[in-house]
Amino acid sequence: MNAQLRAATAGAAGHPTTSWTTWLRGWVSRLVPPGQALPDRQPTYVVSWIYVFGVLTLAALVVVLASGAVLAAGGVAWWHVSGLGHFVNSLHLWSVELLFAFMVIHLWGKFWMAAWRGQRVLTWVIGVLAFVVSIGTAFTGYLSQSNFDAQWISTQAKDGLNSVGIGAWFNVLNPGQMLLWHVLLLPVAVGVVTVWHVVLVRRHGVVPPFDVEPGD
Amino acid sequence: MTSPSLISAASSGHYVHVGVFTISVTNLLIIVAMIVVFVLALVLPFPGSADVDAHGGDRP
Repeated sequence: MNAQLRAATAGAAGHPTTSWTTWLRGWVSRLVPPGQALPDRQPTYVVSWIYVFGVLTLAALVVVLASGAVLAAGGVAWWHVSGLGHFVNSLHLWSVELLFAFMVIHLWGKFWMAAWRGQRVLTWVIGVLAFVVSIGTAFTGYLSQSNFDAQWISTQAKDGLNSVGIGAWFNVLNPGQMLLWHVLLLPVAVGVVTVWHVVLVRRHGVVPPFDVEPGD
Repeated sequence: MTSPSLISAASSGHYVHVGVFTISVTNLLIIVAMIVVFVLALVLPFPGSADVDAHGGDRP
């Protein structure tokens, strides 16, 4: 095998670089620096409670998704007629409350750190996107309670959405459509955006405080 | 039988009014609690932070 041919191959099996598998493997391996996907050491300035709220948000999201999956298994009326259903419904509600509380404190901390420094603008923007998509997911949760509260909220929401011209495609008066957005489309969106955000954090590292910024 | 006072919207919560700004007491307390947690996170020492100089980190 000559040098030119070796350059045109990649991987132990010698697959050509035109293979999408090879391309995807290389792309995944370059997403974060070596050893930074699941690091066991962090910079010294990370030893602070303010750096905890990002992972607390992730922990709350796991509880939200797990309790939501149990609610989905029980069905749309289960949490009204079952003691266990009431408990899981409350678990879902309070994990969402904690999710937003942790996320907003995380946002406050990163805002006052100017966490977009050091080529971290996209990390900040995707975090904002995660916040916005999470709000949309929570709002469709209000509409999926299968009670009078959900009906009242939908009547209040329709005028705002109709005023921006999306009521025909995103109809808050259609509980079936809102439930499917809440249990499938928006959770997938939240998951994708969250993974994207975490990968960017691992790719660029945790933003340092102002007084230890490289070059200062 | 449910009494009218229990289903009246007027008894559904307490609100704080400041000019054109209105917020329920519940939401106000939650926001205040979040601010308190935020400040505590800034000022409370993290466990093990006293040893950090001895060990350091690997990614400045």
